[in-house]
Amino acid sequence: MCMAILKKVEQTMMALNGDEAVAWAVKQSNVDVVSAYPITPQTIIVERISEFVNNGEMDAEFIHVESEHSALSAAWGAALAGARAFTATAANGLALMWEILYITASTRTPVVMAVVNRALSAPINIHNDHSDTMGARDSGWIQIYSEDAQEAYDNTIMAFRIAEESLFPVMVTLDGFTISHTLQNVSVLPDDVVSEFVGVRRIPRIKLPRIHGDKEIPLMLNPKYPITFGPLDLYDYYFEHKVQQNEAMKETFPIIERVHREFGEISGRSYDPVFMVPYRTEDADVVILGLSSTMSVVRKIVDDLRSEGKKVGAIRLRVFRPFPADHLRKELSEFHAVGVLDRCISFGGEGGPLFTEVRSALYGLPSRPIVHDYIYGLGGRDLPHSLIRKIYEELLSARAEPEVPVVRYVGVRE
Amino acid sequence: MSSQLLGWRDLPIGAVAFLSSKEYPTGEWAVFQPKIDEKKCIKCGLCWMYCPDGAYRWDGESVPVPDLDHCKGCGICEVECPTKAIQMVRV
Ligand code: SF4
Ligand code: SF4
Repeated sequence: MCMAILKKVEQTMMALNGDEAVAWAVKQSNVDVVSAYPITPQTIIVERISEFVNNGEMDAEFIHVESEHSALSAAWGAALAGARAFTATAANGLALMWEILYITASTRTPVVMAVVNRALSAPINIHNDHSDTMGARDSGWIQIYSEDAQEAYDNTIMAFRIAEESLFPVMVTLDGFTISHTLQNVSVLPDDVVSEFVGVRRIPRIKLPRIHGDKEIPLMLNPKYPITFGPLDLYDYYFEHKVQQNEAMKETFPIIERVHREFGEISGRSYDPVFMVPYRTEDADVVILGLSSTMSVVRKIVDDLRSEGKKVGAIRLRVFRPFPADHLRKELSEFHAVGVLDRCISFGGEGGPLFTEVRSALYGLPSRPIVHDYIYGLGGRDLPHSLIRKIYEELLSARAEPEVPVVRYVGVRE
Repeated sequence: MSSQLLGWRDLPIGAVAFLSSKEYPTGEWAVFQPKIDEKKCIKCGLCWMYCPDGAYRWDGESVPVPDLDHCKGCGICEVECPTKAIQMVRV
């Protein structure tokens, strides 16, 4: 990541892998409750946190539960009771949380969860792809994809503010093994700086005149002002609740932007632009658009091809939910061709989840780029330099938008 | 229930209930409802305690009175009453 590190505050350079970087962020963020199921596919994230709690370095309740379904249930319940709650999972663990993912989001409960992106079974595989969080894209969580351990640390700290100010749960993702188990130099902020940045969780107040009269009551479980979260809600109101939730998600854009700006001010690490990071795109003819750690390799190939005089660029999407379609339209409309990297298959769909959404966002533009889908890297399969080059060459020679979208599998044996 | 249904902009966030359960006449669901024989009742309060709907009104001394606007007719009170003072009758 080429981020300017301005020494605003004295930061400690620590050798951390991505998991440990997240654990450090959680340790410093005044978290009250951490719940986790401590076996595969769990990661070092909660292992480190349990050590911090055990050693008295972190003043939080650590709840060992009996499954991921319970892990998120416990975090949800704690957050409803006013706690700042965190949990972490990966792959099949996230799949087991399914029911509670929707419940947490629909009751507007600001839980923060780190997800180490790993492939789903069967067959069993523990390595990186994005099938787990892409499957959860419709559950109402904000999703921020990290490129490296530093960003996983920064994103986790910001996630608490974003969640609590927007009242949406936030998923911070990091690529399995590529980020989660790879040691990197990470700039760690002083405890008191992080603590001041995240502050104490503030509970919003609402009015329920038919139950509590004129009084503003806290939106939490509080025996003094009883309220019921998510009761039976049939054809007469369910639809309204879902539209309200969807419209509210669009209003999280400025909150996400502001929290990033404020974090830049204290850390010197600027995340601007927040939603997608362009690289050498100014006069580019074609770009590759993708998520997470793969994009650092793509940038290297951009440099190589640029030195050969080819006008190529790259764009890394950081926030997938809410989907920044407006930013994307502005950013992509002028290119000749865009190659979308999908590290996930949507079985039976017309391309991967990132591709279908990107292509749909561009459809209404008077002039739009040719868009190709490249499905790659499933189950941790490498995307070598040579194949990234091949993708760029294909994009440069693309002549017309195909009538039917072309989905290409990159790096698979025929 | 309110006759005027609210639009999505007017609902409180978080899918929290905005009406008290008192405003839902769930008694309409019942097929059978309890009838208490006051002479047999020993005012033990077990019906009041066991009712899953909290439908009984009881001052702690007199014969409990089921609120039939909210009794869903499960029959638990009839089973639990030690003196068989409660009989479920078809509504
Ligand atoms: S029938 Fe069931 S719901 Fe009705 S008063 Fe008895 S216990 Fe309560
Ligand atoms: S359980 Fe039977 S005896 Fe006891 S208070 Fe109720 S009706 Fe009376």
